[in-house]
Amino acid sequence: MCLAVPAEIITIDGAVAKADFGGVARSVNISLVDAKVGDFVIVHAGYAIEVLDREEAEKTLQLFRELLTQDDAGA
Amino acid sequence: MFRLRDREMSQKILKELKEMRLDITLMHVCGTHQDTLVRFGLDSEFQRVGIDIRQGPGCPVCITPPQEIETTMALARAGITIAAFGDLMRVPGKRQSLGDIKAEGGDVRIVFGVDDAVDIARQSHGEVVFVGIGFETTAPTTATALLSSPPDNFSVLSFHRIVPPALRAISSMGEIKLHGMIQPGHVSAIIGTAPYEFLSEEYGIPQVVAGFEPLDLMVAVYLLAKQHSEGRGEVQNEYSRVVKPAGNPTALKAIRDAFTPTDAIWRGFPVIPESGMSVKNELEIHDASKRFSDTIAAAADAECIEPDGCRCGEILRGIITSEECPLFDRKCTPENPIGPCMVSREGSCHISHRYRRTRLDKT
Ligand code: SF4
Repeated sequence: MCLAVPAEIITIDGAVAKADFGGVARSVNISLVDAKVGDFVIVHAGYAIEVLDREEAEKTLQLFRELLTQDDAGA
Repeated sequence: MFRLRDREMSQKILKELKEMRLDITLMHVCGTHQDTLVRFGLDSEFQRVGIDIRQGPGCPVCITPPQEIETTMALARAGITIAAFGDLMRVPGKRQSLGDIKAEGGDVRIVFGVDDAVDIARQSHGEVVFVGIGFETTAPTTATALLSSPPDNFSVLSFHRIVPPALRAISSMGEIKLHGMIQPGHVSAIIGTAPYEFLSEEYGIPQVVAGFEPLDLMVAVYLLAKQHSEGRGEVQNEYSRVVKPAGNPTALKAIRDAFTPTDAIWRGFPVIPESGMSVKNELEIHDASKRFSDTIAAAADAECIEPDGCRCGEILRGIITSEECPLFDRKCTPENPIGPCMVSREGSCHISHRYRRTRLDKT
């Protein structure tokens, strides 16, 4: 039950949004987040609990790469 | 969407870790972390490079103590409609499970979230009780429902729990020496990173908030190993694509407005101060513990014991692994679970059972 999965917001109607879970559309309560159409949100127990930050996601991947090239150089 | 299963990068990290010649124990407190670790065989890869990872009290159904299971069943037996997450159904109580009561004709409904329970209440004239289990990830959803003027026949049995006090309990009990903690990404999405700092400050424990892809965990473990070998203990955030340092302020406010922290028992633990959430007095008409206090008092007085031979408590404290329980996969299986750690899909025993024979190189 603690599982939380990403989904893309398709439409918004007040506190309720339709979101795409990899091809399956379901409604999601978005009153805990500030989400707009096109955002990816993390959904837990029917509620979006946070919006996924694409820029940070890119930065994380970049950080992973740097971490490893650094280690290569240091090894 | 984001390719975080890169095998080549994982191999590099493992090589690095091997060269560090480690002999350390880490803990995480999340069923989804355990799932990733076991499903992709990362737990044994880490063991090969001297890193033992234990699942602590990170499975909401598992840490729910027998008293609360009995309380829920007492309400169901009294004819009240119970709306609960599916994982709770088969947790064995003293005589039966919620599922047994349902099979005998009790009105027990499986829901995916609190809003389903509110809908059931709207369509019914009878009393509907939502069983609120889960950590800070789930609590704001229950809080939002409580604060959104639900119907009068809707109430909540709040068994929600707060994670940081349990981390303090694990560290101060001193039964297990931890060299680092992987903190749960989705609890942290709500609470942020500050509530973990005391662990590093007071106990010197390295900590990394981590996401749930294999590479997230690889990097988190690597960062912990680095902190350990450099003698540092601080909170790092590997999951910044979801976790903001201050968490989710709207969700935190909902928790504050709906609940008051209260002392609570976790299965396998003594009472942990301020680790539970009781429904605020202002919302008491929706507090099942007040609404049905007589039925609940009778259940709470009854003797509540752990199932015979079940070692979930020790698993939740990180002292043993599921495979070390003599009943694991013999007398205790998901078809015939003895304890909650084999019932819940987030329980360590269920996860070990699920992937034991299938974990070979699926990355
Ligand atoms: S294997 Fe079964 S009996 Fe043993 S600890 Fe796990 S749930 Fe309890």
